[in-house]
Amino acid sequence: MANKYVNLCIAVTGLNANDNPGPGMAVIRSLKEYFGDGLRIVGLSYESLEPGIYLREQVNKTYQIPYPTEGTAVLIERLAYINQRENLDLIIPNFDSELFNFIKIAPQLKQMGIATYLPTHQQLALRDKVHLKDFGTKHGFYVPADHKLYTADDLKKAADEFNFPMVIKGKFYEAYVVYTMDQVLKAFHQLNAAWGVPVIAQQYIKGNEINIAALGDGKGSNISLVAMRKLYITDKGKAWAGVTIKDDKLTQLANSFAHATNWKGGYEMEIMSNAEGHLYILEINPRFPAWVYLTAAAGQNQPAALAKMAMGEAIEPYTDYQAGKLFVRYSWDHIADIADFQKISAFGEL
Amino acid sequence: MKLKSNIATSENGFIFNPATGDSFSGNNMAAQLLEAMKSGKTDAEIRQEILNRFDVSENQFDRDWDNWMLQLKEANLLEI
Repeated sequence: MANKYVNLCIAVTGLNANDNPGPGMAVIRSLKEYFGDGLRIVGLSYESLEPGIYLREQVNKTYQIPYPTEGTAVLIERLAYINQRENLDLIIPNFDSELFNFIKIAPQLKQMGIATYLPTHQQLALRDKVHLKDFGTKHGFYVPADHKLYTADDLKKAADEFNFPMVIKGKFYEAYVVYTMDQVLKAFHQLNAAWGVPVIAQQYIKGNEINIAALGDGKGSNISLVAMRKLYITDKGKAWAGVTIKDDKLTQLANSFAHATNWKGGYEMEIMSNAEGHLYILEINPRFPAWVYLTAAAGQNQPAALAKMAMGEAIEPYTDYQAGKLFVRYSWDHIADIADFQKISAFGEL
Repeated sequence: MKLKSNIATSENGFIFNPATGDSFSGNNMAAQLLEAMKSGKTDAEIRQEILNRFDVSENQFDRDWDNWMLQLKEANLLEI
């Protein structure tokens, strides 16, 4: 390990390692594997029961930060407070909904000596669910047809065009495969209440679900990409088990995306491979996926590569990884003291 | 027909297609046939070897071989 990474301190969000997990704990695991136990991890949480807060062997100290809706002024104020105590080298945000703010304050963070490695606002908007179909059409990607739903009146139009089943998606998170108008209506109201409009109705594509985790260099190339086929999918559509796969078509797809967008940072492509072998892009998430530790296990530690690039190191693109690496997620009852819960709830620190 | 070059097989008949993530379990005979195919032997060489080693008629072998190749093709394990 190079000496310049001694006493490294990295802040990470997404500590919600639950049944719809944020990527934070997988990012931390990858970073610790590369940088060693000397690495100090500062958790940034939103809620008091995010499991990562209590996993003290993984997260040295956690600070609550304001919700994205509270804006950037309070966020920068909070991060300045945290930086005074922790002397942060890098922040890796892991939630879609917080990225807009972190991108906005990245120059101020840089002035404070805190590195980031993030896409631009323009890049963030390109792959937004609301714009994904247009993006696909422009660049020749297969993307399922969609309708933006603003009111319940829009549902019938979507149902008439797509028939059933179809997919109803929240603006930021969550998706439901629906089979009846009643289910469409229920999903619309749930997702509208949780994430606001537009809710998105998407054509259902039958096939094998494949995800690609990748790291773009901001200049049109990928430094790393690892593809994974979902083997076990939860009722929330999350991979509970998966295996790394290698296919030139998947590599070409991710490289075309990086080329089309000059994407900078981690991202995940959610793909459906249909019976004809067409690769439909269902979503592009603007951050690492929750399964990103599999990239390290397969030979391409994407979070560590991002950290090094953020701190100015030139990284050669990875060229190979191991296909056939399997992950199986599990749940675990971690025990903590109620006093810890009280501290994080009352003081916003633990 | 040739087995795709990237197909991974094990001694106990497990087959993994690294391009798709598909996996299959084969019996002992399947494991032997896969090993023979991966070693580069021709269909005729494998045929002769099986006929020499096992008490099976040529007709029976040919029927089983056709069925085996059909299964491999359906499983997307053969070069196109």
